[in-house]
Amino acid sequence: MGSRASTLLRDEELEEIKKETGFSHSQITRLYSRFTSLDKGENGTLSREDFQRIPELAINPLGDRIINAFFPEGEDQVNFRGFMRTLAHFRPIEDNEKSKDMNGPEPLNSRSNKLHFAFRLYDLDKDDKISRDELLQVLEKVDVEQKMSIRFLH
Amino acid sequence: MGFQRFVPFGPWNWLLLLVALECSAASSDLNESTNSSARRELNVRFAATSSEPAMTVSVFALDYDYVQIPYEVTLWILLASLAKIGFHLYHRLPGLMPESCLLIVVGVLVGAIIFGTDHKSPPVMDSSIYFLYLLPPMVLEGGYFMPTRPFFENIGSILWWAGLGALINAFGIGLSLYLVCQVQAFGLGDVTLLQNLLFGSLISSVDPVAVLAVFEEARVNEQLYMMIFGEALLNDGISVVLYNILIAFTKMHKFEDIEPVDILAGCARFIIVGFGGVFFGVIFGFISAFITRFTQNISAIEPLIVFMFSYLSYLVAETLYLSGILAITACAVTMKKYVEENVSQKSYTTIKYFMKMLSSVSETLIFIFMGVSTVGKNHEWNWAFICFTLAFCQIWRAISVFTLFYVSNQFRTFPFSIKDQCIIFYSGVRGAGSFSLAFLLPLSLFPRKKLFVTATLVVIYFTLFIQGITIGPLVRYLDVRKTNKKESISEELHTRLMDHLKAGIEDVCGQWSHYQVRDKFKKFDHRYLRKILIRKNLPKSSIVSLYKKLEMKQAIEMVETGVLGSTALSVPHQAQRTQETKRLSPEDVESMRDFLTRNMYQVRQRTLSYSKYNLKPQTSEKQAQEILIRRQNTLRESARRGHSLPWGTRAGTKNIRYLSFPNSNPQPARRHPRVAEFTDDDGSDSELPAVTFSTRSPTGWLQTLRNTIPMKSLRRGGKLGYRRNASPEEPAAGGGRAISGSKRLFHAVDEEYESGEESEEENAAAGSRRSAEHGPSRDRHRSHSPLLRRK
Repeated sequence: MGSRASTLLRDEELEEIKKETGFSHSQITRLYSRFTSLDKGENGTLSREDFQRIPELAINPLGDRIINAFFPEGEDQVNFRGFMRTLAHFRPIEDNEKSKDMNGPEPLNSRSNKLHFAFRLYDLDKDDKISRDELLQVLEKVDVEQKMSIRFLH
Repeated sequence: MGFQRFVPFGPWNWLLLLVALECSAASSDLNESTNSSARRELNVRFAATSSEPAMTVSVFALDYDYVQIPYEVTLWILLASLAKIGFHLYHRLPGLMPESCLLIVVGVLVGAIIFGTDHKSPPVMDSSIYFLYLLPPMVLEGGYFMPTRPFFENIGSILWWAGLGALINAFGIGLSLYLVCQVQAFGLGDVTLLQNLLFGSLISSVDPVAVLAVFEEARVNEQLYMMIFGEALLNDGISVVLYNILIAFTKMHKFEDIEPVDILAGCARFIIVGFGGVFFGVIFGFISAFITRFTQNISAIEPLIVFMFSYLSYLVAETLYLSGILAITACAVTMKKYVEENVSQKSYTTIKYFMKMLSSVSETLIFIFMGVSTVGKNHEWNWAFICFTLAFCQIWRAISVFTLFYVSNQFRTFPFSIKDQCIIFYSGVRGAGSFSLAFLLPLSLFPRKKLFVTATLVVIYFTLFIQGITIGPLVRYLDVRKTNKKESISEELHTRLMDHLKAGIEDVCGQWSHYQVRDKFKKFDHRYLRKILIRKNLPKSSIVSLYKKLEMKQAIEMVETGVLGSTALSVPHQAQRTQETKRLSPEDVESMRDFLTRNMYQVRQRTLSYSKYNLKPQTSEKQAQEILIRRQNTLRESARRGHSLPWGTRAGTKNIRYLSFPNSNPQPARRHPRVAEFTDDDGSDSELPAVTFSTRSPTGWLQTLRNTIPMKSLRRGGKLGYRRNASPEEPAAGGGRAISGSKRLFHAVDEEYESGEESEEENAAAGSRRSAEHGPSRDRHRSHSPLLRRK
């Protein structure tokens, strides 16, 4: 297990994350502490069980989907970069004040990226389309009476 | 409409007024007859019998003087309680004005009666009674119910704000008033600087918790809540300390030649008093926690220990001229965590309720006394002093709020917005504390005491009524959302989805906190403190009995809601007749909307809920129950469908009522066994497993739990379309998940069982650390595994 020092964030990594996600220094450090406290196995990655240990997610109707949103295709572990990448979608939109960097990739918290994220929440089988069933499942998940939701779509 | 508001208020109070009138009339008669010997306090009885020669043996006689004091006090308390009942009967009132307003009104009423019948009120308030008996319960309650985690997370800001804020306010108001007094035109020339400072210190003591209930419904974030709470908590202590120091000064230096040495001594004293009080409080907290470790067999004395030790800490601190208030607060905070784990469930409840009761009695008495002394002849009205006092109170509070928060915002990750600061500024409502301190000013040192009392009363009335009533609308106005636009239902649903998403991500991020310090403290706590202070060998059956209790309760609930659910279903059935038309009529839309609001999940809001006057169930208890109920339902469905892999679509979970629904206060008293009227097939099917589960042995239940968890997680995986994952992978993962799943459940229950208020991740972390590492809790872990292992 060793001391905490072995799992501390290195500065270069921090800089990279900062550039990629736009979080501030202190925010990244705080999120890193959160990451390590969630990471029970202390191996630098989070698995689904680690997320499921958060009790509020258990009562959240979208808990499973949120957890799945963190894990990229087919993988079961997420490292800190991936964690931050997903969380970066939730930063407030900065309406391009300073660097209109058209060459680089769009920042993760731009409007269209946010919309993509939300779309991926609905689109369960990842075929880039929201079928009627998927929409129904969304409504169910918000725990509406099933008959209501079917009727609503008619 | 205004009259209607008082209708529930009316009948009881008229009755009691009549009774009170009669009593006071009777007593005034007695007063006249026993030629003023009744006015003296305790030997009244003997005086009466000696001054009047008894003619005959009276068959029926009235001896009011013997019981006068307790009788009237009891009557006051009862009157206030009845008023509170009336207050809460009309459910909109608590959201409109603080409950303290009500108490003052009752006090004024009683005061009017007493004044009208020319009756001498019993000497409830004098200095020793207030400081020894009335004040400690209120402070104890504040300290005990304080949410510790947010407090310690924000402790820097809280200390900065409460400490410096009180000082700035006190000295600012005092100095400004002194300058005003220097103006000859107002006739206040004889009020010295020290007196002004003293007045400033007592008037700066705020009671903002009274207004918390008013804007509880508006969404107030946790930090703001904590600032207000922390301020209320520390404020009392600081004002009393200042007050005592300044009184000591006044006694020493009647000629106003205060040397710098004295001022320095005063500051040093301030610090010593503060820290000394806290130190003693912590020590007593640990002692009492230690003692509760051994009280397994006589759990009836546990509340007694808690209360007596807290009170003892107060008294010891007062003996040494340290701050008793801070001592008792520190004692409560320290003691709470360990005591709650050690004491039995019933003692825990008793402690909470008794504390609330004591503090509400104290506060009631003080407010009534305040009302009583409002109506009376001992007032001195001076326009200048009073108006300037009011003005300066507001001005200095604004100054202190905005400057102090500006500074502390530089260091916080969560800066307070201007909106928050406005709310904090506006919640500076004065309360019982200021009045008591004003009332207890010694007349010998303060020839113009009446002036101070009047000014204090005016400030209290003004802030409490005007600010207290308008702060609700103000907060709602500042927190404005687009509630005007009527959204379509699909918009509503999708917005709700986004809210859930946001709440979920917030939970993933966890709370911002200083993890390093807290982790260190937690480690120290676990390694040393808990070993000493917590009982060993906690009976394992308590966990199991808790499960059974929740199980039974939920089974009963399901029976009830099954009936309710089926009646509620009839509404859409009827509405379904218009299925052909594509357009929905407005009534349908409305009915759909109502139905939705009744049945949807409630989005988790990270707001604390504290009410000064009654107890609400703690959020983590509710959460643990919620998790349990949801898991049980999913288990039941899979169990209902047989024990094969349930890959089909989930049947409707219509009859399940979750705790997180908006109107989720099931009345447990209504236990009609209407199982026979069950028309719904699925519903009745789900009942049987419930009933059999509860009667089966706990090990059997846990075993079924363990067997069905893998299926549940498989089914969930299936539902979300993860079928393309290799299925052999799932059972293995499911098996592993089972253990963690069941452990998770135990964690959820552990939360409820242990202490309500630590954060869940802490508990989960602590739980896993506990089960993985050493410690007395190894017993508990061992208690888990034999239950699991037994097949």
